[in-house]
Amino acid sequence: MRANPVEYEIVAPGTLSAVLSLLAESPGAWLPIAGGTDVMVQYSAGILPARKLVSIWNLPDLRRIEVSPQEIRIGAGCTYSDLRAHEIVNREFTLLASAARWTGGIANQNRGTLGGNIVNASPAADSLPALLVYDAELILVSARGERRVPYSSFHIAYRKTKLAPDELVLAICLPRRFSRYHAHARKVGARNAQAISKVSLAALGRLAGGVVEDIRLAMGSVAPVPLRLTETERIVKGRSLDASLIQSAKAAAIKEIQPIDDIRSTARYRAAVAANLVAEFLDQLGAGKTGS
Amino acid sequence: MNETLHDHGKSEITFILNGQSASVHVHPMERLLDVFRRELRLTGTKEGCGEGECGSCSVLMDGELVNSCLIPVIQARDARITTIEGLAPAGKLHELQQAFLDWGGAQCGICTSGMILAACHLLSRKSQPTLDEIREGLSGNLCRCTGYMQIFEAVAEAARHGAGS
Amino acid sequence: MNTAPIVGTSVPRLEGRDKVTGLASYVDDLELPGMLYGATVRSTIPRGRIRKINFSPHINWPEFVIVSASDIPGKNCIALIEDDQPCLAGEFVNHPEEPILLLAHPDRHVLPHAAASVTIDYEPLPAVFSIEESERLSEIIWGQDNTFKTCLIEKGDVESVWENADYIVEGEYTTGAQEQLYIENNGMIAAFNPRDGVTVWGSLQCPYYVHKALMKLCCLPPEKVRVVQMETGGAFGGKEEYPSMLAAHAVLLAMKSERPVKLVYDRLEDMTATTKRHPSRTRHRTAVSRDGKILGGEIEFTIDGGAYETLSPVVLSRGAIHAGGPYYWPSIRVRAKAVATNAPPHGAFRGFGAPQSLFAMERHMDRIARVVRLSPIEIRKRNLLRPGLTTSTGQVIEEPIDLEGLLDRALELSQYCSKRREFARDNQQNKIKRGVGIAAFLHGSGFTGSGERYLGSIVGLEACADGSLRVLVSSTEFGQGTKTVLCQIVAEALGLRYEDVGIAQPDTNVVPNSGPTVASRTVMVVGKLVQSAALGLKNTLIARGLLADSYSPDEFREACRNYVSKYGPLKSLAQYQQPNEIVWDEHNYRGSAYAAYAWAVYVAEVWVDTTTYSVSVKDFVALQEIGKILHPVLAKGQIIGGVAQGIGFALYEKVVWQNGRMQNGQMTNYIMPTSADLPPIRVHFDELGNAHGAFGAKGIGELPMDGPAPAIVNAVVDALGVPFDSIPLLPEDIFEEFSRTTPRENPAHSLQGGR
Repeated sequence: MRANPVEYEIVAPGTLSAVLSLLAESPGAWLPIAGGTDVMVQYSAGILPARKLVSIWNLPDLRRIEVSPQEIRIGAGCTYSDLRAHEIVNREFTLLASAARWTGGIANQNRGTLGGNIVNASPAADSLPALLVYDAELILVSARGERRVPYSSFHIAYRKTKLAPDELVLAICLPRRFSRYHAHARKVGARNAQAISKVSLAALGRLAGGVVEDIRLAMGSVAPVPLRLTETERIVKGRSLDASLIQSAKAAAIKEIQPIDDIRSTARYRAAVAANLVAEFLDQLGAGKTGS
Repeated sequence: MNETLHDHGKSEITFILNGQSASVHVHPMERLLDVFRRELRLTGTKEGCGEGECGSCSVLMDGELVNSCLIPVIQARDARITTIEGLAPAGKLHELQQAFLDWGGAQCGICTSGMILAACHLLSRKSQPTLDEIREGLSGNLCRCTGYMQIFEAVAEAARHGAGS
Repeated sequence: MNTAPIVGTSVPRLEGRDKVTGLASYVDDLELPGMLYGATVRSTIPRGRIRKINFSPHINWPEFVIVSASDIPGKNCIALIEDDQPCLAGEFVNHPEEPILLLAHPDRHVLPHAAASVTIDYEPLPAVFSIEESERLSEIIWGQDNTFKTCLIEKGDVESVWENADYIVEGEYTTGAQEQLYIENNGMIAAFNPRDGVTVWGSLQCPYYVHKALMKLCCLPPEKVRVVQMETGGAFGGKEEYPSMLAAHAVLLAMKSERPVKLVYDRLEDMTATTKRHPSRTRHRTAVSRDGKILGGEIEFTIDGGAYETLSPVVLSRGAIHAGGPYYWPSIRVRAKAVATNAPPHGAFRGFGAPQSLFAMERHMDRIARVVRLSPIEIRKRNLLRPGLTTSTGQVIEEPIDLEGLLDRALELSQYCSKRREFARDNQQNKIKRGVGIAAFLHGSGFTGSGERYLGSIVGLEACADGSLRVLVSSTEFGQGTKTVLCQIVAEALGLRYEDVGIAQPDTNVVPNSGPTVASRTVMVVGKLVQSAALGLKNTLIARGLLADSYSPDEFREACRNYVSKYGPLKSLAQYQQPNEIVWDEHNYRGSAYAAYAWAVYVAEVWVDTTTYSVSVKDFVALQEIGKILHPVLAKGQIIGGVAQGIGFALYEKVVWQNGRMQNGQMTNYIMPTSADLPPIRVHFDELGNAHGAFGAKGIGELPMDGPAPAIVNAVVDALGVPFDSIPLLPEDIFEEFSRTTPRENPAHSLQGGR
């Protein structure tokens, strides 16, 4: 443990409005901490830049899940365990349920939050590719009010988002129009549990009469941000699904992603596996199978 | 005590620990793990990695398994916490503890506190887990000595003896 | 007499209850009044001269205890085999993370920042980071030629085998560093006062190693140094020699401050600064006859020792002796050397050189099989040792070991043949390629050659006031059940109840030096001595007329109490004597290298996912002959735990190096298997007994480390039809091989001649 607690200040006002007031008073001065599964690792390593923290753990306004006919609205303070336990998430948003299942171990799933995953904005984050393909929208809240933004334009660069210094993510809204899609999610890590992803895929597709009616592909750990593979989708959408299309899709995916060499893996490996994952999904789509 | 050199910034934080009210006067950014070990002198919860990977520091907080090395103590305010010391009344072993003893679930013992609490958490949700469910439930607790198999056997045995009820 | 067997049954572990209740006391659980906390300032470069040490003006340094090399009362070294490793760097540093200064302070929270506030100006020198760079000798970093030790094993006439060979098979095999990754980090508490001297409490395997090192460092006589082992949370060799360094540091701070000092590492410091398994490179050149018999061969075995000698000569020795595997070599030459690089010194890790050389041997056997067009089974059967044949050092196999039978049994248990056929048939049309692989191997128990004789281990057994007995050994418990097994042995030897025997916590003030807890020697060597001490104690009672030849456990206790009240303390000592039949020539490496070998055949089934190039071990059979099982649950636990570490060694555990420093020194990025990664590991035993071990036991602690890696890689090669000769074998490595070679029609049966 390489941090000195006396150098830090942490407060827990207990309500959303109190937290927002604090953030409005001194925008950027207070780092919100929910479950702490990222912030506290940095703290323990002695590399957390922030010195003032405000706890948003377990705020009721952040931790509810509301279901309406059009959408599911997931509080940003919901933990992965909350997601795993929710019937609609499991039934209609299997890509998100998978991501929740393979994030860390049970203890980390009990504390890590969806909002934290979004704001931490790591390209390797487990849930973000699913949010991209589900057309997630975020409700951002501050003392100034609320605004709703598409997630696809929220994550703008490596570990950078459009979140204003006085804002929190309040909720994540997912439209309920994907239950008839084939869904497939896969995470490739160094081991079967508790691994940072080397490559991950969240995919949705619809096949009719052998033609790909719709396809949505998003990947993690292959670019500075979680990446929606729009080019690859464009090549595949509306075409007959056959072996040659799958080859084209693989080639397009390799062109579209920007993987790097890092401590966990290599760019070449990531590119090859990314292409393989896309092909695997298309194979399953063609065979009428789903898997996550 | 050696560490009360900086009194400023400390506050009173109260929670229920192993069924009893506990109150500590600490800096709110102290890790919950350190509060157990240093303030309260309950050293049964261990530190193996300091980054939430090994699970040696696992405890139950409001019925959920958590890694206490990643929790600032202020977030434990008013929580109901169980550490290994609170698992069984003095002198009588919990079924899991007995099963770990009988089946080789503990070798060096350093992962054992966290492992037993993780098993506790699993059995409270699934009283007769399959092998795969045991594997998954304990996948956040690393053991370097046993290769896990005798731990799984111990958990299955404890389940058979009704440890989950 | 108590007739219910104790040895051979899974009695409750003596040390178990405290571990499951959280009461067991590990070093970081202990706080002493007035205790300070310590930290270490370490080198940030791999090699160079220290020009200047700068203390940042922002820290109030008078609050801190600061120790440097000039504070060392005795010799600035951590005494081991050589005295070349400094306790604290003086003028030069030779590896990243080399300790330079020590700090102590009452508030442990201020130490990391303080340590980071000491900055050092260096004059860097060119550094060496691999075996090849070291061999090139363009930079001499140690001694005359960067070589800590060489050793040569010769048998028969190697020069003559090449002419008549029908095949000459060559191969080069490499293994990487591996971190022991005990879940409890290294830690030590030291206290000093001028009257009693120095006391340390720590996480450690070898109290007397620490004792010896502290005497030399502090210039103190033996009775002024006391070493106490605390409950130790895993060790695996990683706490064999390193604790001497940590103890030295804690002691220096305690001496300077005159307060107790606790020095406990966090995970990052432990991983980056302490020992790892020696990386290795083995080159085989083997002459083989048309019918698959080994005629002879040369093995060049090289290990990377890091910056200082530490235990490299002994690792080298064991690796070299095991390099020929469980096979009969009519002629062999093993040339072994340990070389220096500018990395933190590599050290003991379960297996101690044998996992490295046996990986090479077992991969090489499969290679020979392909060249000669025999199956992996057949090539082994034609070359396995049999009673009456000699090992590479000329040791005659005298016990009735049937290795062919062991192999057959392993094949049957694993369904090797039917799986191999099924996989060969199915792999073509499957994205998941499956394979099976074999490893046959041996592991010598106890110290090599004359080692046990030099140790001259002493054990004690004494009677307590209540008539119970107490074992006195320096052998430490760190998960293997040392205390339980040694008490079982005494109870069984004397016909007592298990509860009639206890054991002292290893404390050099209390226990004699029964040697280090290493080399799979505890049950076999120390256990046998304890058995002798027990019989000696019994004979003393009988000789004094206090005990009849046949007695009940309670009568025995009564006799002990009577002896003590009449004559004073009752203590029996036993000292190791090398049996006459164990003759070892340590200059020529010839003769009986070990008093006993355990034998094994492991079979691994792997699935390789060609989408992700990842390997999963799906089934694993571990069959071994171990003399006698003293405690079934403990024995099985040792095998499964060792296999798990072997699976890590093969597929997951890569140390990422940059300029001699480990870059992935956190559990997030140093990957050990979780419960979700391991298959059911099926353990089976054979028992042939052992004249030189307690109740016929052989050592088993390290044996399971030798087999998994080659069995797994052989299985991967079976699945994919391409050779892999280097571990850890990661998906990235498999991908690179895939992208080089063209896919094959029938991977399981392709033959590649010299590959």
